[in-house]
Order: sequence, then C-alpha cells, then structure tokens
Amino acid sequence: MKHLLSINDIDKDFALTILDTAAEMAKVSEGPVKKLPTLRGKTVVNLFAEDSTRTRISFEAAAKRLSADVINFTAKGSSISKGESLKDTAQTLQALGADAVVIRHPASGAAHRLAQGKWINGTVINAGDGTHEHPSQALLDAYTIRKHLCGGRGDLSGLHIAIVGDILHSRVARSNVLLLTKLGANVTLVAPPTLLPHQVEQWPVKVSFDFNAVLPTVDAVIMLRIQQERMSDLYFPSEREYSTLFGIDSERLALTKPKSILMHPGPMNRGLEISAEAADSDKSVVVEQVANGVSIRMAILYLFIAGSQESVNG
Amino acid sequence: MVNSILIKGGSISGGKKADVLIAHGLISEIAESINTSADQVIDAAGFILLPGFVDLHTHLREPGRENSETIATGSLAAARGGYVAVSAMANTLPVADNSAIVEQVAAIGKSVGLVDVFPIGAVTKNLEGRELADLGSMANSRAQVRVFSDDGNCVSDPLMMRRALEYVKQFDGVIAQHAQDPRLTEDAQMNEGIVASTLGLKGWPAVAEELIIARDILLANMVGARLHICHVTTAGGVEIIRWAKAQGMKVTAEVTPHHLLLTDELATSYDPIYKVNPPLRTQNDVDALRQGLVDGTIDIIGTDHAPHPVESKECEWQNAAFGMVGLETAFPILYTTLISTGRLSWERAIEVMSSNPAKIAGYQSHGRPLQVGEPAHIAIINPAGVLTVDRAQLASKSKNTPFHGMEFQGTVVATVFNGHLTHQGELRSGSHE
Amino acid sequence: MSLALNESDITRALTRISHEILERNSGSTQITILGIPTRGAHLAHRLASIIEGIEGVPVQVGTLDITLHRDDLRLRAPRPLMETSIPTQGVEGRTVVLVDDVLFSGRTVRSALDALGEIGRPMRVQLAVLVDRGHRELPIKADFVGKNLPTSKSQSVKVSLREHDGIDEVRIDGSDAELSADAGSKS
Repeated sequence: MKHLLSINDIDKDFALTILDTAAEMAKVSEGPVKKLPTLRGKTVVNLFAEDSTRTRISFEAAAKRLSADVINFTAKGSSISKGESLKDTAQTLQALGADAVVIRHPASGAAHRLAQGKWINGTVINAGDGTHEHPSQALLDAYTIRKHLCGGRGDLSGLHIAIVGDILHSRVARSNVLLLTKLGANVTLVAPPTLLPHQVEQWPVKVSFDFNAVLPTVDAVIMLRIQQERMSDLYFPSEREYSTLFGIDSERLALTKPKSILMHPGPMNRGLEISAEAADSDKSVVVEQVANGVSIRMAILYLFIAGSQESVNG
Repeated sequence: MVNSILIKGGSISGGKKADVLIAHGLISEIAESINTSADQVIDAAGFILLPGFVDLHTHLREPGRENSETIATGSLAAARGGYVAVSAMANTLPVADNSAIVEQVAAIGKSVGLVDVFPIGAVTKNLEGRELADLGSMANSRAQVRVFSDDGNCVSDPLMMRRALEYVKQFDGVIAQHAQDPRLTEDAQMNEGIVASTLGLKGWPAVAEELIIARDILLANMVGARLHICHVTTAGGVEIIRWAKAQGMKVTAEVTPHHLLLTDELATSYDPIYKVNPPLRTQNDVDALRQGLVDGTIDIIGTDHAPHPVESKECEWQNAAFGMVGLETAFPILYTTLISTGRLSWERAIEVMSSNPAKIAGYQSHGRPLQVGEPAHIAIINPAGVLTVDRAQLASKSKNTPFHGMEFQGTVVATVFNGHLTHQGELRSGSHE
Repeated sequence: MSLALNESDITRALTRISHEILERNSGSTQITILGIPTRGAHLAHRLASIIEGIEGVPVQVGTLDITLHRDDLRLRAPRPLMETSIPTQGVEGRTVVLVDDVLFSGRTVRSALDALGEIGRPMRVQLAVLVDRGHRELPIKADFVGKNLPTSKSQSVKVSLREHDGIDEVRIDGSDAELSADAGSKS
C-alpha cells in the first residue's frame, strides 16, 4: 500500500508489523545515538492545516531520527491560512519533491483528496482529518496497550477497552474502533447518546451510557477530549453534568482492574473529562503515549517510504 | 433556412410508427407514409418520438455566475438532453426576486432560442426568508412568472410559507419548496447514516426534509394553495406525499435523475463530485423514489442541473459546492433505470418528462401530445443508443457530472424546438424525397 | 544444485571457528558474540554454546538487526525489522564477534558496523562467517571462515540451518559453467 489514510488501509498482519517495528524503533530511541540513516535523502513534509503541536513534533522527531529532511508547512502564517486551495498546496509540495506528506487538516477526507493521485506522487500519511480518522494515534494506543497488557507481543485478543466521551466528533475514536477490534479486542463506547454517531449500532462495538457499569471489566480506558463548544451546540446540559456522568476521577479509576491502564490522546481538560488525580495516577500512561507516538511514527515512516514503491506494489 | 422537417419511420410516443411532417413550427401532418418534400429529412426508423422535455428545476447561473453556466450554454445542454423548456432557478446574482431580473432572463433565453427559458421567481427577497419578494409584479411582468422558489434555501419560517402559498393563488402560482429544515442541517455534508458516521462527515437527516414536506402539505391544504415539492429524496418523504395525495390534497413532487440512481456510499471516495443538496441517500430511498415515480406519487423528473466551476469541486468535501449538472444525462438515466426494464411505460415517461411539469408550471405550449396542429417540440430517442458519459463532451460550461465514465442506454438523437432542430446527435443522414 | 557442506561439515567448521575465536582472544571473558538475523543469529548461538562447552562459563551472545542501515533500502520494499538483543554487559569496551552465514559483497557487514556504532564503542570487532563466497565490493575481510566457496556472481549460495529450515546444509545454486561464461565475456 502506498498511503496511510485510514486504519481500513491496513490489515491485521500489517498492523502487527507496524507495532513490532515500533518496538525495535523504541530501542533506537533508548540508545546513545538516536539517529538512523534509514531515510537519508528522503523529504518528509508536515502539512499542518490545523494546529496540533504535539502531533507535528512527534512526526518531526520520528522523521529526523530516521535522517529524513523535514519541511514544516503549518497553518499560521502560511499560504494555507491565506485561502490557498489544497490542490495548489499539493502541487507546491510536489514541486518540492516530497516523498511523503504528513497531513493534518480540519476537513474530513482531506488526506484522501491529497492521495487521489492527481496532484501529488508521494506517500500521504493521515495525521488527523476533521472528524474522520487519526490512524497513527490509534496505532500508538494499540502499541501502548499491547506493551502494558500483552507483554509487547501478539494481538489484543480478550482485552476489553472502553472509549469514553465525544465519539461523534472524534477521529481518535473512529481509528481506534477499527484498529482495536481488528486486533481482537472488545470495545465498548461510553458516551451520552447525543455524542454517538448515527447508526453506531452497526459498528463492531458495544455501547453503554453507564460508565460505572463498564469499568470493572475493562483493561484499558481511553478518555477523549471534550470540546467546550459542544455544550453550546446542545450536546449536553453543562460541563458539571458531563463530568459527573462521563468524566473519570480516582473513585471511578478504583473500580477498574488492578492492572488496567488509563489513556488520553491529549491535550487533556483536567477537571472536565479527567480529574488531575486520575491523570497523574499510577494507572495513567498518558505521558508514555507521547513517547510511544514517536516510535510508532518512525515505524510508519520506515514501512511506508523507505523502499521504492514499485517494489511494494509489484 | 430550414422551414420544414420530415421525420420518417419513428414510433410516435412509443406507439405506432408514422412519418411526421413539421412546418412553420407546428406538426402539420402525421401519416403512415408521407412523401412530400421537406427541407430536411430525418430517418427515425427504430427511434421513438416523444413530446419535448420540460425541466422545472434548472440552474442557469446567469446573471452573476457566468463562469459556471450561461443561459446560452445551459440552453445548449438542455437541447442536447431533449429539453425544449427549462425553468431558471432564482438563486442568481442578483437574485431573481423582481420583475427586472426575470424579464432579463426570459429575454436572453429568447434570444438564444434553443429552448424556452421560463424564469422562476424568488419567494423571498434575496432568498433571505424575511420579506416576500415582488411576487405579483413578477407574475405580471413580461416573463409571466408562475413558479416561485427560494431553491437552495428552504422557506423555513412557517408563517412566511403560509403567506406565500396564499398570495400566489391570485394568479394561480405555485410555490416550489426546497424542503430542508435549516436548524437540523447546520453544516450538514451528506445523508445522516452509517456512511456519514464512518466518514466523519456531518449528517443531514432525512427527517429534516420530511418534516418540512409534511408541514407544507398541511399548510397548503389549509389555505387551498398549490405546493410543489422540489427534489424529494427520502422514502419517508414519498410516503408523506402518497398519503397527502390519497387525501386529495394539491401537492406535486419532483425527483432528480441522480437521486434515482446514486447512493451515499459514493461519498466514501470523498470526491465532492457526489456532494449535492439534498444529499444522496440510501438504496432504500432510491427504491422508494423509483416506486413513487412509477405509481404516480412523484409527478415529474426535475434535473436540478447545478453547474459549478472546477475549483468548487477540486477541494476538500466540506469546502466544496453542492450540486451536479444533469440536463444532458436525465433521459438516458430514466431510460436505463426504469423504462428499459419495463417498470415505467412510455405514457408515464411522457408525463414525468414533459406533460406534468408543463401542467404544474402552466407552460401552455409545452407538454402537448404529438398531434397535428400542436407546436413542434419533439425529442427523438434511440432506445438502443448507448451513452458513455464523458465530462469533456458536455455542452454545459461546467463539467461536474457524477456520471463520468458511466454507460447509459437510451440516447437523445435529436431535439426539435418550435419546428427547428436544436440538437442532432447520431442521426443517420436521410435522403430527400 | 550441488551440496557444498553437509551437517557434519557445518558442525566441524563451527567447532573449529570456536577454537580459533578462543585462541585469538585468549578465552571467552572479553567477547560478545552478535549474530546478524536470521541465520547469523542462529550461528551465533551455536558458537556460544560450543564455546561455553569448552570454557565452562557463560558467553555473552545476542543479535543485531541491520535493516535500517542497509544501503539498498530504496531499491526494495520495506521489510519488517528483526530483533536486536544486546546481552547484559553491552558492547562498550568489549571484543564483538559479528556472525553471519555468508560473506559476499560485504555490504551487510558494513551495515552491521554502522548499527553497532549506535549501540556503543567496542574495543575491537571481529567477523566470523560460515561461508565466504568471494566477490567483495567493499574492503572487508573475515577473521574466521568456515569454508571458502569459489562461486560465480550469478550463482547463489543457500544456507539452511536446523533452527530455521529444519536441516543443516549449504548448497550452491546454478552451474559453474556460468563462471567460465562470465570469464569469457570479459575477454
């Protein structure tokens, strides 16, 4: 495959290859020399039409550890913010000779548009498109879960994972539902009905409105960021009520299994969907997720752009 | 100058074969065999002659958006599709909400001369939904507007809708409603369903259309006015209209060719060529729309021909314009989906493509049967013809067709408008007699 | 396809190499044996266990994946990484014996030296291979060789090991007629 636009682009075996590769990449990051010559001579463009410092830095670190040349093209002050079309931007990147474009964009499907083959030849890596998908985040979440709960090997069979919060608007949730179920985990979505996608019952997941009832059986809890503006859009009555029903605090965390882990893709709203005590508890692996993100992105960049695409396709 | 046309050997309205002689803009003779000489002879053996088509829903974009379409290019596209009359929607720049604009549109249409261009007047000033447009002066203008629509926008205020329905009764006008509750469709991108949920595109619920249809049917019934529902897209909408008609209420309804064929699954490509308002729905809806058209619940095919320049579609889905061009592909789609399979009779096809829209809009010289003395508006169809849609070959100035590369059966080989050939496709050359 | 080494040939070669390693390094206390996956890793473990049998003390043994350092990455499809496992004492200041199955162009060994450089700074590096088939493209030479096999460039040498392939043998694929044809074309 040439592009990573959606978790649907990869099968279970390849997903596991990415996780295994990331584990080896993590060793590099732990060694005295954090740089590999692997992508020497390759150009990776970070096209960030939406601000996301942490994802951009993560991809940038990953590309640099593999010795790629990195060009950052971000919303503020660039032609993107001046209304330049995606097509024109893409053609500029093509002229720069980008081997890969890592794209973050507020429009769902923007990565697909970039990859439809007419504007640009390079590999397109979706780093979050609107409310659609965020494949590298799901992969790093799966990596983190596997490391803690499966000894860093194999798939996620038998694990029960809860994804909690604004599923409707979450690209992290969409990618995670696809990936975690592909890897054999059971996924339960916990959210108020207003923040669940229409016809969610057709997804391969369970749905619950009762957070406390779900907690005793879960191995991992992924909390999603709740946007403050959802309240004015009538999705829930108040922050306080949301926090009471769907936020996690140390009392709720105590209901989970002893070895369970608590995750959050960040940035967190402490005091809203996650209490400070929960975020800083022993079960929280939020900080580790960031480190794992670099390893996963190194693995993605290596597997998608290191070789010649002719060989991959042929 | 061609004054007379002899069409030989075609099947009249899908019935018996006859020769048709056209002179001075009228059908002057229909007989088993006509051997008088004519300026032009068309060999129509194996072809079918239908009354020229009438579109009640066309965006010609002029004035104001001539980069998408002009009345001239839109007229040519219409002629290619077998149309002899189109209804120019009011959402131009400036909006057709006064007699000056509608007269201008009508006059340009006349000077182009390829089809009759009937302007539709806006219901509210500048399509804003706050004040009624100059409905009476548009009706009394030289354009004689009888159809009013804010299409693109819904007349969402129920009181505004009631007043408009009542007001146009004085000149037997009709309100063509774009049924879309605005609050339920804020930022909506595509049909609300599993596909939208998976793609992360904001959903456009069927009910946003259905509740306006239901409300307006009740309002129109209360005030005794005529209501036309533009582009019905949902199974629920069809069911509501079926119920209303069973009660004897005065409502007519329209379906577009694209909603008879395409579904929301196409959005998975994120190609905005499939972005349209109202959105493509599910297969269940497509099936209900087809059934509605067959059983008379839906009265007409309206193209909702909506040209957009290439840059409006070469972008992210959510930033793209809504709409598809459709004049040149409408009949082949209808033929392929419903006529060739035998579900829709020729008689019913003539109703939905020609006589019903003419009746609803009051276009008196259109939708007439092919008989001696009637205006010579004829679409000549080759049921065996195959159209492979090529966007580069479209007459329309815009190329935003979702059907590029698709094959349809049933082509329009020629169009006669007012006794003149306005389109000749794959015609065999006829011999002079 | 002709058989070049059978099971007992391989065992004898590895035993001899083990003795040579011990002799060269005055015992096993300073050495760390690192095999290059896949078959080099198996050979490394075999050498380690032979040496342990001789010396009676545990030997530092591990694996070193060189995929990310290959100079032909852009010429082929990306492949999954193999495991790198460095034994407890690391490589700093030690004598690292790199182990591979076949020494050919020398590019794999060059990649291995790069990969090793990222892990630490050994005092010295030695190279042990089961087969040296010639045709070097880089100035690299093995310290310990199981068997020198003269081959033509178009032939291939296929090493099979019990742990990976179910059988111990080395075969040469293609006839040495190509060797003379090769030579003929150069004249």
